[in-house]
Amino acid sequence: MDKYKVLIGLEMHCEISETNTKVFSSAANNYTEEANANIRPVDMAFPGTLPVVNKEAVKKALMASMILNCKQPEYMYFERKNYYYPDLPKGFQITQETKPIPVGIYGHLDFEVDGEVKRVRINNLHLEEDAASLDHYHGYSRINYNRAGVPLLELVTEPDLHSANEAVAFLETMRSIYQYTNISEADSKKGQIRCDVNVSIMDSDKDESDVNNWGTKIEIKNVNSFGGVRDAINYEIKRQIELKEDGKYEQMEQQTRRFDEESGTTIFMRSKVDAIDYKYFVEPNLPKIKISENWLKEIRKEIPALANERKEKYIKEYGLTNYDATIIVKDKNVADYYEKTIELGADPKSASNWITTNLLGHLNKMELDIKDIKMSPTMLVELINLVENKTISSKQAKEVFYDTITLGKNPSDIVKEKGLSQISDEQEIVKIANEVLDENEAIIEKYKNGRTNVIDYLVGQIMKKTKGKANPEIARKTMLNEIEKR
Amino acid sequence: MKYMDKSIELIHEALKKGEVTSEELIKEALEKSHEVNDKYNAFVTILDNAKALKVTDNLLSGIPYGIKDNYSTKDILSTGSSNTLKDYVPFFTATAIENLTKCGAVAVNKTVMDEFGMGGTGTTGHTGTVLNPWDKTRMCAGSSAGSACAVASGVYPYATGSDTGDSIRKPAAYCGIVGYKPTYGMISRYGLFPFASSLDHCGVLTRNVKDAAIVVDGMKGIDKNDMTSWDSSHINLKESINGKVSGKKLCYIKEICDINNYPDATTELKEHLNNFMNVINKCKEIGLEVEEVSVDKKLLQAVPSVYVVISCAEATSNMSNLTGIIFGPRAKGNNYIEMMKNYRTEGFSPLIKRRFVIGSYVLQAQNKDRYFHNAQRVRRLVVDKWKELFKNYDAVILPVGSGPAKLLKGSKDMLDKDTQILEDHLQIGNFGGFPSITIPDGFINNLPIGVNITGNCYDDANVLNIAYALESQMNYKDQIAKEVNNG
Repeated sequence: MDKYKVLIGLEMHCEISETNTKVFSSAANNYTEEANANIRPVDMAFPGTLPVVNKEAVKKALMASMILNCKQPEYMYFERKNYYYPDLPKGFQITQETKPIPVGIYGHLDFEVDGEVKRVRINNLHLEEDAASLDHYHGYSRINYNRAGVPLLELVTEPDLHSANEAVAFLETMRSIYQYTNISEADSKKGQIRCDVNVSIMDSDKDESDVNNWGTKIEIKNVNSFGGVRDAINYEIKRQIELKEDGKYEQMEQQTRRFDEESGTTIFMRSKVDAIDYKYFVEPNLPKIKISENWLKEIRKEIPALANERKEKYIKEYGLTNYDATIIVKDKNVADYYEKTIELGADPKSASNWITTNLLGHLNKMELDIKDIKMSPTMLVELINLVENKTISSKQAKEVFYDTITLGKNPSDIVKEKGLSQISDEQEIVKIANEVLDENEAIIEKYKNGRTNVIDYLVGQIMKKTKGKANPEIARKTMLNEIEKR
Repeated sequence: MKYMDKSIELIHEALKKGEVTSEELIKEALEKSHEVNDKYNAFVTILDNAKALKVTDNLLSGIPYGIKDNYSTKDILSTGSSNTLKDYVPFFTATAIENLTKCGAVAVNKTVMDEFGMGGTGTTGHTGTVLNPWDKTRMCAGSSAGSACAVASGVYPYATGSDTGDSIRKPAAYCGIVGYKPTYGMISRYGLFPFASSLDHCGVLTRNVKDAAIVVDGMKGIDKNDMTSWDSSHINLKESINGKVSGKKLCYIKEICDINNYPDATTELKEHLNNFMNVINKCKEIGLEVEEVSVDKKLLQAVPSVYVVISCAEATSNMSNLTGIIFGPRAKGNNYIEMMKNYRTEGFSPLIKRRFVIGSYVLQAQNKDRYFHNAQRVRRLVVDKWKELFKNYDAVILPVGSGPAKLLKGSKDMLDKDTQILEDHLQIGNFGGFPSITIPDGFINNLPIGVNITGNCYDDANVLNIAYALESQMNYKDQIAKEVNNG
C-alpha cells in the first residue's frame, strides 16, 4: 500500500473546430498555416464591434454537456473575464462562470483504464472564445489573430483522478467523444487541446471524501499534450512526496506552476495571493439565450454513436475480436473509413484485417493521418474483391496495396498495368498441364509407381510456365486430374 | 435663400421641386460648418469633399447631416473626441450610418463630444470645449455637444447622437432643440464606440419632433451584427404621428417636480418648475390627462449612484481594447505593458481615468456584490417602478435639468446634491431602454429650457405622437439659436 494518495483534477480546453465560423464572429473557423487570414473587425476588437453568438457552437457545447451527464441551463449567459494580455485584443475574454449556470454543470463520465471502469465527476463545462496566438522570436513577438474567437470548450473535473494513467485515459476518452460527436478534431498538434492540471497528495490512510484531509492544491498551467500531462503529473507527485518526506510540505503555499516540456519539470509561476482578479460581469452585448426543452430534445437525438457503441457493434455484428475493434474505434476517422468499406460491400473481417495490419501500419510508419491518404475506401474494397475472386494472390495483393496507397491508383488498374492477374481459366491451365506432362514422361512413370509427391514438381512447372500467374489451387487440381488420364 | 435652417420635409419639397440641388445644400452646410466651428468649436472634422447623393422619394435623400464622432465611419477620421484615437481612420461604417447613406443622406461633418461620451459638459473632447450657440459663456451639455450646437445653429436639420445617461436629451434642452433616443435596440449599436453597452443608445438631435421620427425611421432596423437589435420593420414612426392624443395619460413625479423639494431653490429653478407646470396645463388643453404620482425618494436618490457604478464598470471593460497596439497612436515603451500604460496615461483625460478607477473598484471581487450587483438590483427596482407607471400612463413627463445651460466658468462635472435628481432622472430612460424625447418648452433669461417625455419600451410611436402634439401647442418648434451673449 502506498503511503500517499494522489488527487488530480483537470481543466481541459478543447477548441470546437467543426463550426463554420468563430464563436462570436463571422470569421471562418478553420485551421490554416497562413497567419491572420481568418479575421473580422471584431476579432481584433476595433471600436464599435460587437459579439454575435454562433448557435452551432452553442449546440455542440450543449451536446457535450449532455454526454457528460451535466445539467443544462434554462437561460444561457456569457460573462466577461477582464485582463490585459497581447493575445487578448478586447482586454477581456467572453466566457461563462459557474453562476449563472454555464453550458453544463455537475455531471460525470465513466471511462475505462486498464480494463477497469472509473467515474470522474464533472464540475462544469463552459463555452468561451480562444485568444490569439503569439509566436516569440529573438527580441520580438508576432500576434496571429486566426485563433482569436475560435470557440473553446473548457471542462473542469473534480479531483477524482488518482494517477497520470487515469488522467491520460480520461483525456483520451474525452478526445474520442469530441471526435465522434463531430465537435472537434481534438488535434493537439494543431493546439486544439490544452490542459491545466491540479495535483495534490494526501495520506492514504485518511478519508478522501473529507475535503479537510486533502493536501495543498498545485495548479500546473498550459500543458499542451497528453504526454506532457503524464510527465507533469508524475514530476509533480514526485516533487510533492519529496517535500513531504523532507517535512517541508506544510510550508508549501497554494500556487500556480507551469510545465516546462524540455526539462519535464514544473516551475513556480505565482502563489495564490497573487491570483488575478478577473472582475467578471455579464456580457451586456449578448442577451440571455433561452434554451428550450425542444431544442435540447433535438440535440439529444442527434448524439451519434460513440466509440464504445461502435465497438460493441463491430464485435457483435461483424464478429471482430475485441482487440481489432478497439484498434478501429480509437480514431473516429479510421472507424468511419472501416464502416464505409462495409457499406460498399466488403467482408467485415477482411476489411478489418486490411485496416488494422496494412493500412494502420503504413500510417504509423509514414506518420500520416487517415484523412491524408490517397487510398479511398472504394479502392480498398476493390482490392479485397480482387483477392476474394482470386484475380490476384494475397502476395500480389500486398504489392497492389502499396502502389494504391502511395500513388492513389485504382487496384484493378495496377493489376492491369503490371500484368498481375492470376490465370484461373481452367481450360488454359489444362492446356499448360498437358504441355508439362508431355515434356516429363519419366516423371509420369515415377508417379504411376507410387511416388505421388512428384506432383509438387509438376505444379511448380505450371507456375514456371505462367510466371507464377496460375492460380495455385486450380493448377494442383488440374494436374492431378490430367496425370490420372495418362 | 437658405435651407439648412428648415425642416426635413420643407427641404425635401424644395429638392423635389428643383428649387435647390443637393450640391447647393452641401455647400451651404459646409460654409455654415466652418462658421460654426470658428465660433463654437463644434466639429472634429469637416468633410469639405462631401459628395451629393441622388434625390429620391426618401425624405432624407440629398440632405446634409452631421455625425457624432463616436460613430465609426469608413475612411473618415473617427476619434470619439479622444487623444487615444486621434489618428484612427476606421475601415468599416456603423450600421446606423450605413442605413442613412442608403436613404441618400449626405454627411458633412463629424461632431465634437465629451471624450467617448463620458461627461455631460462638452468640455472634455480632445479638440477643446464646445460653446453654447445661445450664449458662448455657457456649455452645450454633453456628450453630444457638437451635434446639439450644430443643429441649433442651423448647420443642417439633424445630427446623430448617442445617449448613455442623457447625452442626447440634455444637450438638446440646453440648445433649444429636440433630442430623441428610441427604445434600446431599435437602432443597431454596431460601429458605435461603446461607453456602457447596457445603457448606450443611438439617437438623433433635430429641431422638431417629426424630423426626429423621420431620421430614426432611416437609422433603425435589426442588424445581424448587433444581437440586442430587434426587428422594427412594422413600425413607421413618421407615419404614426397624427397629433391625436385625446384620452392619453401622462404622469409627473411629485418628488422631482414639486418646488417644495428644494428649500434652497434659485430663482432660475423656481422659474423652470413654474414653466413646467404651465406646460402641464398646455398638455391638458390638448386633451391629455395628466396626474401627479409619488415615487419613493430613496429610490430616486439612488439613481445617480446606480448610473455611476454600472456605467463606469462597463466602461472600464469596454475601453480595455484601447491599448495603442492595434490602432490608435502607439506609445513608446520597453515592453508591451509599458506601451499600454504610456498610451493610456497620455491619451485619456483625468475625468475618464477617474471613471476607470471607479469601474475597476466596483468590479473587484471583494466589492462586486456591495456595489456592482447592488447597483444592478436597484436598476431593476427603478425599471420595475417605471414599468408599473406605464401600466396606467402612456408616458412620464418631467422637466430636464434644473434650468437653462450652465456657465462654463467654474463648471465641474460635480453636481449640486439638492437638485441632483432633477439633473439625473433622464438616466432612468437608459436603465430601462425606454424611448425618451426632449423638446424645448420655454426660456429663462432668453436661454432655452426643455421638457422630457419617456414611455414604455417599443412604444416609440406613442411617445413621439404626444411630443408632437405638445410641440404643436408651443412656439419653440424649428427654432435656431439667437446669440444673446457672445462671450
